Amino acid sequence: MTITLHVNGKPHVLDIDPQMPLLWALRDHVGLTGTKYGCGQALCGACVVHLDGEAVRACVTPVRRADGRAVTTIEGLSPDGSHPLQKAWVELAVPQCGFCQAGQIMTAAALLAKNPSPSDADIDTSLAGNLCRCGTYLRIRTAVKQAAAAGGKEK
Amino acid sequence: MSGPPIRLLRRSFLAGLGGALSGLALGSFARAEPALPPAVDPAAKAAAEAEGAGLRPNLFVHVTPNGGVQIVCARSEMGQGVRSSLPVLIADELGADMSRVEVVQAPGDPAYGDQNTDGSHSVRGFYDALRKLGACARMMLIAAAAKQWKVAPNTCTAHDHAVHHEASGRSLGFGELAIAASKLPVPKDILLRPKAELLHVGKDLPLLDGPAIVDGSAAYGADIVLPGMRTAIVARPPVVGGRATAHDATGALAVPGVRAVVPLPAPTPPFAFQPLGGIAVVADDTWSAMRGRAQLEITWAAGANGEYDSETYRKTLLAAVGLPGVVVREVGDVGAAMAGAARRVEAVYHVPHLAHATMEPPAAVAQFHGQSCEVWASTQNPQAARTSVAKALGLDEENVTVHVTLLGGGFGRKSKPDYVVEAALLAKATGAPVRVQWTREDDIQHDYYHTVSTQRLVAGLDAQGKVVAWEHRTAFPPIGSTFSDTALSAPGELQQGVLDVPLAIANVRAENCEARAHTRIGWLRSVANIYHAFAVQSFIAEIAAARSRDPRDTLLEIVGPPRIVTLKELGVESLPNYGQSLDEHPIDTARHRRVIERVTELADWDNRQKNGRALGLAVHRSFLTYVAVVVSVVHGPDGKIRVDEVWSCLDAGTLVNRERVHSQFEGAVIFALSHALYGEITMQQGATVQSNFRDFRLMRFPDAPRAIHVEIVADDGPSCGVGEPGVPPVAPALANAIFALTGQRVRDLPIARSLKV
Ligand code: FES
Ligand code: FES
Repeated sequence: MTITLHVNGKPHVLDIDPQMPLLWALRDHVGLTGTKYGCGQALCGACVVHLDGEAVRACVTPVRRADGRAVTTIEGLSPDGSHPLQKAWVELAVPQCGFCQAGQIMTAAALLAKNPSPSDADIDTSLAGNLCRCGTYLRIRTAVKQAAAAGGKEK
Repeated sequence: MSGPPIRLLRRSFLAGLGGALSGLALGSFARAEPALPPAVDPAAKAAAEAEGAGLRPNLFVHVTPNGGVQIVCARSEMGQGVRSSLPVLIADELGADMSRVEVVQAPGDPAYGDQNTDGSHSVRGFYDALRKLGACARMMLIAAAAKQWKVAPNTCTAHDHAVHHEASGRSLGFGELAIAASKLPVPKDILLRPKAELLHVGKDLPLLDGPAIVDGSAAYGADIVLPGMRTAIVARPPVVGGRATAHDATGALAVPGVRAVVPLPAPTPPFAFQPLGGIAVVADDTWSAMRGRAQLEITWAAGANGEYDSETYRKTLLAAVGLPGVVVREVGDVGAAMAGAARRVEAVYHVPHLAHATMEPPAAVAQFHGQSCEVWASTQNPQAARTSVAKALGLDEENVTVHVTLLGGGFGRKSKPDYVVEAALLAKATGAPVRVQWTREDDIQHDYYHTVSTQRLVAGLDAQGKVVAWEHRTAFPPIGSTFSDTALSAPGELQQGVLDVPLAIANVRAENCEARAHTRIGWLRSVANIYHAFAVQSFIAEIAAARSRDPRDTLLEIVGPPRIVTLKELGVESLPNYGQSLDEHPIDTARHRRVIERVTELADWDNRQKNGRALGLAVHRSFLTYVAVVVSVVHGPDGKIRVDEVWSCLDAGTLVNRERVHSQFEGAVIFALSHALYGEITMQQGATVQSNFRDFRLMRFPDAPRAIHVEIVADDGPSCGVGEPGVPPVAPALANAIFALTGQRVRDLPIARSLKV
């Protein structure tokens, strides 16, 4: 079946199983590997992307649900890594292994788009579904607040 | 299948040093260079090499005629910051401008020395060696300039990417000197700079791979895409040592996109780095391979481990520590001292199996070329990967190339290359490049588990409450069982919190009791220190409670006065000491005391009951580093016990990158809290019960402490380990805090077994 995804502003016409999770469509068929597989069961948040601006877990989102819609991945969050969250992440040296961080940033970006100055509790609630095995949670809290102070949202 | 080209792991320390922006010594690294041509393109490689003439005095340093400096990082990056740290030792010795340094990741090859990135020894093992490699290049650049200027080399200096002759005010850039220097002999006697001249080493260094991580361009094992690549998902035997006796591939082959169903050879014990066997489904993409695997019909034979059951095994271990074991440490006469003691304190501790659960499940890509094989893998141990692939394919090692990607976490799991061998076997079997992708379920169910352990501790106290006798029995299936048929532990495991614990007690005996393994046992970040520190540091707090004293005072009393603890005092004949000599790295209780005193000061120990909180303390030396931790717990609004705040004070000797030391110790707190609170792998009928983060629970944001304070209390003397030693004191400090808060002593981990957390 033909599926059209608008990924980071570019259309991709894919002839794939409509049940395929968006995660694998992005990684294996669109060729964008910044979105990570961590659990496949909506338990870790490594695969979070934006679907029409909403944070979704790509590992449990059938690609047909994204048909004709706008998908933003970490590669498309900003043209040059200059989103306030990306800048705060680098400045505070948040990542350790980095594998969870695309999902953390995409989740945080959706949060800031709705709530430009989140409290610690807001951050904890929004990011509760994002695991970091390396344990960078405290730096992430600080970085989200720093990005919020820098005027948070996308664009 | 389309995808980005293969990106070799090279990254520039480019300019754009926004020092004010980040507050870091080098500012933030700027953008990574554009994607490189495919690694397998020989023409591109040759072109790069031709352009790459210049000074190459050793494998690690390359100064090009255009002034670029390439520095090789031969150890694997898994979040500990090795790529942001080790190359700086070379660059500083050289006198390079960091913005013109590019870091290139080495493939697996013994020519680079030890590449097995575990045991927390990247800095301590390579600090001087790497400096020498940089110094060698610097001496040659200086010699070239001195020759041109007809001056004595010792009147020249190298800094800011150039050689200078201060007396005459002349300077020549490294690039201008590279070719002339390359024609000079490589010096034999290498002169290191005075340490004060190392401009960046020991400071907060920026994160080399940070920009690539946050824009999604950083490539991990699963992100490598080769033309025509297939993806394999493997059904492995549920029980270690089991095998498929029959399988029907019809359903799998009917799934669109599935190309082949390939049985993998069953391993023979000892399992070591062999793949587990099973049946692989090879498909055009990951989803098809997953669907194909779900359609496989397989009959498994469980084999010798089919009865392994965690509840039963718990009784086995308890029985083992109830009987004398092999005496591994002895001073004085414990029997007589116990008999004469006014009272005894006794406790049994149990720590379950744990899984590594790296955020990136194991993944590797392999391409078989007929007489050679090339693999890309997130591996901690590229040389073992190379050896294992060569053996499995019947190739000479020279014909196997192992490219190292970034690792999405390692923690010891990725030093075992079984998954890399799977990729190589399947690439050979199918004739196509193959990526093996482990699902999270595969990862949790087929790990090399952290072992399960039971310990029994007994202390004899005299009438004044002084500890006069100490007996410690430990039983755990050893890591050695993965590599040979053994049930007794190695000194390398026993030194981790049994043999090496300073005890100012006159009569001490430690015993190791036999325990057979029924699954693959591997090393997990901080290894045997996890359970030994948990038991010993909990027990010391139990002694304090038994005699109604301050746990800190009791801990300091048992650690004893400041001194160098000899083998004789320990009651052992030898100590592996993490591969370092005791002369250079003695057991120095002054350093234990210093971290204890500082951490309790920071945590305001004397007011430990303020604001409804309760504190727990623990100290532990591991990987030669001294760490003391205080955990503060409170009652949460939901009836749960909450970890509110944690302090971790460390002395790891001379450091390279202070920022990454902080980050490792922050991460170690969360890592250890996850295990202590929730971590447990259990077995039934030989198979792992847990399968994903639903039942192998990790700490999440809402449960993470409000604050973690890390303080480096000393940073001189020989370098010690950093990646692991932050872990061991956390669990006992937490258990001690919970006791202070609730009066309930947790001896069985995880804490979630007995309390709401
Ligand atoms: S991979 Fe989607 S939530 Fe874990
Ligand atoms: S940085 Fe490694 S999992 Fe988050």
